[in-house]
Amino acid sequence: MTEVTKLIHKYLRHDKKFPHVWCPGCGIGIMLGSLIRAIDECGYNKDEIALVSGIGCTGRLPVYVDFNTLHTTHGRALTFATGIKLAKPGMKVIVVMGDGDAVAIGGNHFIHAARRNVDISAIILNNSVYGMTGGQYSPTTPYGMKTTTSPYTNVEQSFKISELAVTAGATFVARGTVYHAKMLDSLMEKAFHKKGFSVVEVIGHCHTQYGKLNRMGSAVEMMTWQKDHAVTIEKAAQMKEEELKDKFKIGVLVDKELPVFHEEYEKVRKWAKGVR
Amino acid sequence: MKKKPKKELLLQGNEAIVEGALRAGCRFFAGYPITPATEISELLSVKLPQVDGTFIQMEDEIASMGAIIGASLAGVKSMTATSGPGFSLMQENLGYAIIAEVPCVVVDAMRAGPSTGLPTSPSQCDVMQARWGTHGDHPIIVLCPSTVRECYDITITAFNLAEKFRTPVIILVDEVVAHMREKISLSDDEDVEIFNRVKPTVPPEWYIPYEDTPRGVPAMANFGEGYRYHVTGLTHDVRGFPTSRPDEIDPFIRRLFRKISQHFAEMQIGEFFETDDAETTIIAYGCVARSAKKAVRDARARGLKVGALKMNTIWPFMRTAVEKVLQTSKTIIVPEMNMGQMSREVKRVNKTDAKVFTINKVDGTIITPEEILSKIKEVH
Repeated sequence: MTEVTKLIHKYLRHDKKFPHVWCPGCGIGIMLGSLIRAIDECGYNKDEIALVSGIGCTGRLPVYVDFNTLHTTHGRALTFATGIKLAKPGMKVIVVMGDGDAVAIGGNHFIHAARRNVDISAIILNNSVYGMTGGQYSPTTPYGMKTTTSPYTNVEQSFKISELAVTAGATFVARGTVYHAKMLDSLMEKAFHKKGFSVVEVIGHCHTQYGKLNRMGSAVEMMTWQKDHAVTIEKAAQMKEEELKDKFKIGVLVDKELPVFHEEYEKVRKWAKGVR
Repeated sequence: MKKKPKKELLLQGNEAIVEGALRAGCRFFAGYPITPATEISELLSVKLPQVDGTFIQMEDEIASMGAIIGASLAGVKSMTATSGPGFSLMQENLGYAIIAEVPCVVVDAMRAGPSTGLPTSPSQCDVMQARWGTHGDHPIIVLCPSTVRECYDITITAFNLAEKFRTPVIILVDEVVAHMREKISLSDDEDVEIFNRVKPTVPPEWYIPYEDTPRGVPAMANFGEGYRYHVTGLTHDVRGFPTSRPDEIDPFIRRLFRKISQHFAEMQIGEFFETDDAETTIIAYGCVARSAKKAVRDARARGLKVGALKMNTIWPFMRTAVEKVLQTSKTIIVPEMNMGQMSREVKRVNKTDAKVFTINKVDGTIITPEEILSKIKEVH
């Protein structure tokens, strides 16, 4: 086993019967690899991590890893995570969601968790489609793309998840791709270190559903697309608007300080007891 | 022995629920404003931080239910409170708490529906929502106070049952009881029994989180305490991992039912009031039980042999107690502020010659003792 594989195995649940549910070539495995490497790099012990998810392909991720894992209802992962964090502030609470989970059914919880600034890291795999149910359009499906519920192409406008997180008040927002795995490791590490609500949007691919319907080719070709269309924020700053037209920015969009909910609530407890 | 000075309070039903919750050890509340349950939120926002607990106002009732499940998994006794419309939103995660076996308490201060209905008018129309509101086959424990004192006691019982049986427990309180003020004494408060969830005693590597036990209730490890396991809303095996094997699904679902049915007697709270020689028995719950008792006294004053069965347990249905009065009475009257959600259950278990009559009031006003008395005169 290579060193990288050994590290992954250190965190996998060996009593869970593999294989996993993901299609061969799926990017969620790469995201899981980054998540594990970032957790290892941060030096958390397994007991202090609560890994929470919702429903969908990404929602299945926690079952494979050896943490306190919680697979919740569709879109609601952040609400459960809020309860855990406030009940046990010493725990590191990480939430993994897909695009439909995070910004369709869970959109309200997402903006409010960001606004409230609960100390949670939200990792969102955005593959522009509902994969598990067979490739229906999601809030991040771009205009004009085909899915199984937009057979004549999608006529809705799409959300930009990272920009939404910035507007909602998240203290740390970054975007990466599963192609840029090394960079993703470091973005997650930064997000985990951040005190407050941190978001890492991970651009992934669903070659089985979305890619097939839009003739985008295999997993490899879709990852090549990520490589060709992602521009680092630093590089984008030096590019003209028309050059950036069909590109998306990767890197850290926001890194700021704001009062964190559970620390503020400590003040509330003092006030409640008459201490000023 | 010298008794401590009496701790007497003039409390609203909602306030007594708060006192009961704090006494039971509730240290986390997540909620969303709604009439007629708001006083519970407001008071807990004052009191929880005083005892190092946490109050949070979430973005909706779906989130409130999710947050209390998360807090309970992390080891903190938790509660939410709402009314019919919010209770509908909670049904999704209520089902989660049932399948994942997470103790928590949900208060539904009932108001008339459907939909937004009558926000400040009393009703008892959530009896069946509490029973079957969340999808899927499941057991549920639902309690219903009819006095301020019962609000206090039943809230403590609700937490105890939730912890004992690893299940959500619902408190159905009607708007009258929620907002009514009565003097209550908490001087006997020290003797209250508080039950906390049974934690695993085996080393983490031996821990089987959803293992069957003679009681049907597995030991519960809190998150962050060394027992790393998986919790899911998917039907799972004894390890907590999703399963589609019929031989694992069937015993799991049956155990969920068994853990409640086998302890049925522990969940039965009610009162037989003058029923020994009663020819007519009123079966009532919530604020209607108060009118029923008054009607019994008035009927007795007129020489009529009338009694009442007050139900404080709504689900599991008090079959044993109901069957008892069905056998001893010629006539049963079930007055309710709905179109007959509980009387249907009474009729369902009736295997005797006793006739079951109903009083159904759905105009947003309470059922008065006079209304019950006139029904008694009509059918006795």
